[in-house]
Formats: sequence, structure tokens, C-alpha cells
Amino acid sequence: MRGSRPAIREKDFGIWQTWNWAQTEKEIRALACGLAAYGFERGDRLAIIGDNRPQLYWAMVAAQYDGGVPVPVYQDSVAEEMQYVLEHADARFAIAEDQEQVDKLLEIKDRCPRLEHIIYKDQRGMRDYNHPFIHYIEDVQEKGRQYDAEHPGYAEGKVNEGKGSDIAIMLYTSGTTGKPKGVMLSHDNLIITARNGAIQEGLTENEEALAYLPMAWVGDNLFSLSQAYVAGFCVSCPESSETVLTDLREIGPTYFFAPPRIFENILTTVTIRMEDAAPFKQRMFKYFMELAKRVGTRILDGEQVSFMDRLRYMAGNILIYAPLKNVLGFSRFRVAYTAGEAIGPEIFDFYRSLGINIKQLYGSTEASVLITTQPNGEVRPDTVGKPCLDVDIRIEDNGEVMFKSPGVFVGYYKNEEATAETKTSDGWVHTGDAGFFDADGHLKIIDRAKDVGKLTDGSMFAPKYLENKLKFFPFVKEAVAFGNEKDYVATFINIDLEAVGNWAERRNLPYSGYTDLADRDDVYDLVQECIEKVNVDLAADEHLSGSQIRRFLILHKELDADDGELTRTRKVRRNFIADRYQELIDALYSDKSHIRVEAEVTFEDGRKGMIKADVKIREAAMTTVQPMKEAG
Amino acid sequence: MDAYAPQKKERVFGDVVLSVDDISLSFGGVQALANISFGVREHQVLAIIGPNGAGKSSMLNVINGFYHPQQGTITYKGETRRQMKPHQAARQGVARTFQNIALFKGMSTLDNIMTGRNTMMHRNLLWQALHVGPARKEELEHREFVENIIDFLEIEHIRKTPVGRLPYGLQKRVELGRALAAQPELLLLDEPMAGMNLEEKEDMSRFILDVNDEFGTTIVLIEHDMGVVMDISDHVVVLDYGRKLADGSPDEVRSNQEVIDAYLGVAHD
Repeated sequence: MRGSRPAIREKDFGIWQTWNWAQTEKEIRALACGLAAYGFERGDRLAIIGDNRPQLYWAMVAAQYDGGVPVPVYQDSVAEEMQYVLEHADARFAIAEDQEQVDKLLEIKDRCPRLEHIIYKDQRGMRDYNHPFIHYIEDVQEKGRQYDAEHPGYAEGKVNEGKGSDIAIMLYTSGTTGKPKGVMLSHDNLIITARNGAIQEGLTENEEALAYLPMAWVGDNLFSLSQAYVAGFCVSCPESSETVLTDLREIGPTYFFAPPRIFENILTTVTIRMEDAAPFKQRMFKYFMELAKRVGTRILDGEQVSFMDRLRYMAGNILIYAPLKNVLGFSRFRVAYTAGEAIGPEIFDFYRSLGINIKQLYGSTEASVLITTQPNGEVRPDTVGKPCLDVDIRIEDNGEVMFKSPGVFVGYYKNEEATAETKTSDGWVHTGDAGFFDADGHLKIIDRAKDVGKLTDGSMFAPKYLENKLKFFPFVKEAVAFGNEKDYVATFINIDLEAVGNWAERRNLPYSGYTDLADRDDVYDLVQECIEKVNVDLAADEHLSGSQIRRFLILHKELDADDGELTRTRKVRRNFIADRYQELIDALYSDKSHIRVEAEVTFEDGRKGMIKADVKIREAAMTTVQPMKEAG
Repeated sequence: MDAYAPQKKERVFGDVVLSVDDISLSFGGVQALANISFGVREHQVLAIIGPNGAGKSSMLNVINGFYHPQQGTITYKGETRRQMKPHQAARQGVARTFQNIALFKGMSTLDNIMTGRNTMMHRNLLWQALHVGPARKEELEHREFVENIIDFLEIEHIRKTPVGRLPYGLQKRVELGRALAAQPELLLLDEPMAGMNLEEKEDMSRFILDVNDEFGTTIVLIEHDMGVVMDISDHVVVLDYGRKLADGSPDEVRSNQEVIDAYLGVAHD
């Protein structure tokens, strides 16, 4: 059928190495038989640790081939986090990309008594590791080919034993609270959801996709594996995490997923680079970007646009839009999804005005990703769209969004209690998000249901909503808002080192690093301006005018997943931060103008260090609410 | 570390591959090196240490033929010589990096490393310029080799970046890459870790050990960071004002009273 079509590519030694579907099948079969030769049995768990590599994707399918369950682990987890997952999942086998990951596994092996075999993909530096339980992947495959020859019918038999209701994969959700939970998804969950998604977007075997997001994340699993297998398109693995943008340009994907942060980063880079361009080019860019802002989105949505504007837009396409898209690797996008966090309206409109079909998606691990997407022609920056094929949604009385779909997870591994809390007996799942349907039937998400609180004067406080508004400014990287049961709203700010650093360079302000920059009065002024703009916006909204930001501080260190302040997908862990920085919060709700702090940081190799700093606190101007006239 | 750390094999060295005998070098009245002798065995990592002006870089320059000593001989792979040109040293399998990075700033990482293959390109200028047939084939082979080095040193992301735009630590890595491109049997590194932060030093140490381990390259290096020297070298030569103070294993050198007085200071453990 498609045997000779490309299935997966990896850039290695500077060249895109390709495997077609027939070769892929052979590799997987060899690996599956190799695992079996080492005693991998039905129901066994295989932990997978590493960057996106064809061999690791094969390992996933190979485990499924044998009736086992792959458990991808975030590759940047420190040893303790990895230990938790491996131990909890009772993994007997693990496959690691390279020496770095093997070392982590060896460090925790004593504490994971069930871990029996470690397989590695990259031979570099592995010469002296001659333990009997460490195997090189090609040796495993070779052994598998022998095993296959000696046990005819084994592989076919194993595949036929499999059922749609078997557990296909276990994904540990990063969890904004508590320990990660192992979400069990069945083959049916993944395949039906993948197929529904493919039908909805008309995906074919001609798509090109780039697999660059962590393999342990459900999205990568759906977009780079399930949908690739269902629709038969080719997935490319970048050379290394640093080369993603170059590889993106070389591959020119047609089907793309990126969290808002990546789109933001790309836009920031474009803006910074345009500021360095020649004045004529800058003027041209400005003129055509304004034109695009005015008519681009409408052209993409198929609305009526005057003939002259269309003509101008065509000229812009030749001079600016097409070359820009080409440089970014966005030329061939048919569908680009973004999800995970709210995306800034300016960022969203920037890409859409260039004619890039970027759409928002709302999903969760428990749904095998897809809950809602924005249909073509109905894309807006502030909603997450309509329910996907076969998905039912209802809104609870407290505003919480609940869904039911073929992708609903089987349960949390070894955690009946959490399963019962999340999933009702008739298959409805709590998302934990508060939201509502607008007049056009689009779902709008405001915040985590449990995070929505009230100030002491009774006005509504939606922290995420405020934080997102702040984060839409390029200078603000992260924000954490406080205010539940307090007199007023106060925030922590993390500045964006790249954007603020660039801004400082332009003003000839020397600085030595984040902590130094964050302490500058000029930078405080800059952030204050952003906050006051948010306050003006909030004042215009009758529900939220009470939650304007009164006091703020710029944190002396960047919030970091290694310190447990962010999840691995870079979401703020509110309670953890509230505990850790209690002193700072108290200071925000006092009349102090600065506070001295010491904080512990964890480096990537597990060592710890201290940072000391004097953090300033500022007040921002609040906008008085204009008394609104009752509309007649 | 723990029970599962890789079992380090006993380090095995070959014969003496480079032997420096009674070398003296002076610039006018300044005696840079006085009667220095030591030997480097195959697959060994040998460190030359000493305070500033001790004659460390001069020693490297003598080894690769850049300086001509007034007295003494150098025996490399059984061939004894007094004077040699750097390009002859290069052809004999000696490659080096420099204290002050000496890369072509305007050229990309890839092109810089390709220049390291220069001594191994056989087609003449005309062929190269035409870039057809055998010349093209030859370049492809060299490119493949260079890609292996890029992969080895994990510098894929800067393959096409002009070297002048790279941070210092990466430039040092590119320079190591260029030296490796010549497939040296003896690699001379002049302060490979100068000006690096801890993480970059750790990376660089790992690359040096990997080179030594994977390709069996003999390495002579100059380094100021004693932690690094004691960790990665098999043998240490200590120079002070052109004289050799000591010569031995890191432990021997560390406990040598003369070395402590001149250079290391009081031992803290």
C-alpha cells in the first residue's frame, strides 16, 4: 500500500535519513521480538526516555506490538522525578537515548527494584558500561531477528492477541498539584481520536510533520505517532533540540503544533531582527504588516475584501509575507494548532494575517488530546472553538467544563480514588477548567475552576486571566497573581531576559544577568507601564474591574521547572510558589518598599545553590471605573 | 559513585611516542626553556602546568615545530629531529589548538572544520576550483568525516553559523573540531578551558576524554585549572621559569613539596 512512502526521518550527520513504512515495520518487528527475547511480556511496561528519535518511536510501537505498555518520560526530568515514574509504573524495561539518560537510570536503579533491562540508542561514551543488563538497541534488534526466525508465528500471534481496549500507553501528567498521575489510554482511545481529528482537518498521507515536542506529552503522541499511523504521513525528527528552527525551515511542515510560547518566541525574534534591518526594509515591513493586520485575517476567513486591498495584499505577499513565512518554515502550513495556554491576541492575529491557518485547540491528556478545535473560517483569538467530532460537552453549575468522548481515558494507574474524582460512572470527565459557550457556540475558557476566587470586597478574581494579559507583553515572561481573600491584587513578575535584555542594550544599559536586570529601576518602570495598561483594560470590564493590580515585584530569579516552580510544560505551580515565597507575598500585602530574600536553586545536574537579593516592591496606578450609563 | 557506575578499565598506554630530550630555548637573553626532558606514551593524556611565563606554550611550540630550540632533540614516532616546520608536523599527525583562538572568524563552523582536512586533500587547486568529478567526490568524503566530528562535539546547531558570532566556549569547541579533522595521532591543546565557566569546562573535559578514549589520540595539554588537570591527566609535567620542577602522576605531583611551594600552594586536604 504505502510501503515505499517515507514514514519517518531524522536529521543525522547533517543529512535527513529516511525510513519508509516497509522498513519501519521491519525495524519495529525486530525490536518487538528482541524485547520478547529478553523476556518482555504482555502487560509489561517499557519506560522511554529521550529526545524525539525514530528508534524511540519504534520502541513505543514495539512495546505495543508485544502487548506491553510504553511509558514515555520527560527527558529533562532529574533522577528523582524519573524514579517516581519508573517505580510507580513498575517498569521492567527502559530504553534511553544516550549516556546521559542511562546514567540517570543507573543512579536510580537501586531504588527501582523492578527495573531489569536498560537499552540505549546512542553508543557514544557507552564503551565501559559492560553490565549484563545494559543492551545496545541494534544488538537487541539483531537478537530479535534471530528470535523471529526461531519462533515463526510469534510476532503475528502477538499482534492478533491485542484488543482495542488494551492499554496502549501510560502518560504521566505533569500535574499542577501533587505527584504526577499515570493516565492510561487504550488503543481505541488513541486510534479513534486520531482518526476523528484527521477526518475533521482532512489530513492525508501527504502531510509533513515535525516531531519536536517531548515524547512524554500526549500531544506528541497523538500528532506524531497516532495520526501519522492513521493517516500515513511522514514525521521528521530534528537533529537536536537547538536546531528545531533550522530543521523546521528545511522540512516545511504542512501540519504543525506548537504551544503559544513557541509562536511568541518566533514573533519576538522576528521583531528584534526587523529592528536591526535597514530603514527602507523596516518601512516596507511596517506598511505591509499594517495592511495584513487590516485585511489578512479577513482574506484567510474568506470574507469580502475590496479589490484594491486584495491587490496590495498580493504585492505584500510577494515582497514580505511569503519570504517571511519561508524563513520561518511556515510556507506550507495547512493546519497549525496551538494549545495549552491562552495565546496573545496580537500574536495570534500576526500569524493569521500572514495567511497562516493557526487555530486554537482545547484538550487534555484525559481526552487523548482533542476536546474542541476551531473550525476553518471561525477562528477567533479568545475562544477555543467548537466540540470535536464525537465529543459532548456540558457546563456544570459552578462553571466547570465537562466532556465525554471516545478518547476518554481508562483511568489513572494505581489510583482509583483520583479516577473516581475525575471521571463519573457514566463517562463524563471533569476538566477542572471554568468556561462557558458564547453566542456562536464557541467554548471560552477563563481559568482553572478552583483558582477562580474573590477579593475581600467580593469582586471576582481570575488569576490566570490576569497573568495571561500580562504575559501578552513581550517584556513579561511569567506572572503570578495573588488576591483570593485579600484586599487587593498583587503580582510577581518574571521579565523576559531576551526582550528586556535587547531593550537594555538599545539604551546602552550594561547588565550582568537576570538578577541584575530585574533589579533596575528602568526595568521596573517598563513593567509598571505594562501593568497599568492591563489595569486600564480591566477597568473596562464590569466583572473584573475590581481585580486591578495594585502592587507588584519583579522576582530575583527566573521561575524554573528544576526548582519545582513550573511544571515540565511550563505552567505555574501556584500553591508551590505561594509556599516558597510566602515572605514576598507578605511583603506585597504590607507597606514595605523592598525585601531581602535568599532562595535555593537546583542546577540541572542536581546540585543546589543559593541566590540572595534585595527585591523592590512598587505600586501601580489603578484606573477608576467610569460609571457606566445604563443602556436604554 | 554508586555500584552501577561504568567499570573503568585499567588505562593501558603504549610505548613512548614523543620524547623531548634536553631541550633549551632562549629568545635573546631570555631563557624560555632550560634542559627540559620528558616522554609522552601512546594514548596518554599529559598535562603541562606551571605559573605564567613558565614556558608551557613555548614547549608546545617546540613540539609542533614552530620554535626551533637551540639545544636538544625531539623524537616523534622514532624519528629524531632538531628542527621541523609546522606543516611537516601536521603531516606527521600532530594537530593543535591555540591559547588565543585562531579560527577564520568570517567562515562558518563547518568551513572552519573543513580546513582541518586540508592536508588530506589531494586534488590540485584547479580541480578544487572546478568542483567536478574526483574533486567533488573527495570533498564529499571529507564532509562526511567532518559531519562525524560535528556530531561528536555536539555542535550541529552552529554548523552554518559564522564562527565570529559564537560565544567563546563554542569557539574553543570548534577549534578542537578543526584539530580533530586532521585525524591527529598527537593532539596539542593550549589552554583548552581558559575563560570557560564550570559547565563549559565539564563539557570540554568530557570531550577531551572521549577523544582520547574513542580515537586513542595521545594528548598533550596546557591547563591552569588544577581540578581539571588532576582529573583528566595521566601524567603531569610541572615547569617553572623554564625549568622542569616535577614529572609524574597527578598524585605524585600534588604531593611534591617543590611544586607546592612554587605553584599549588598549601594542600587543603
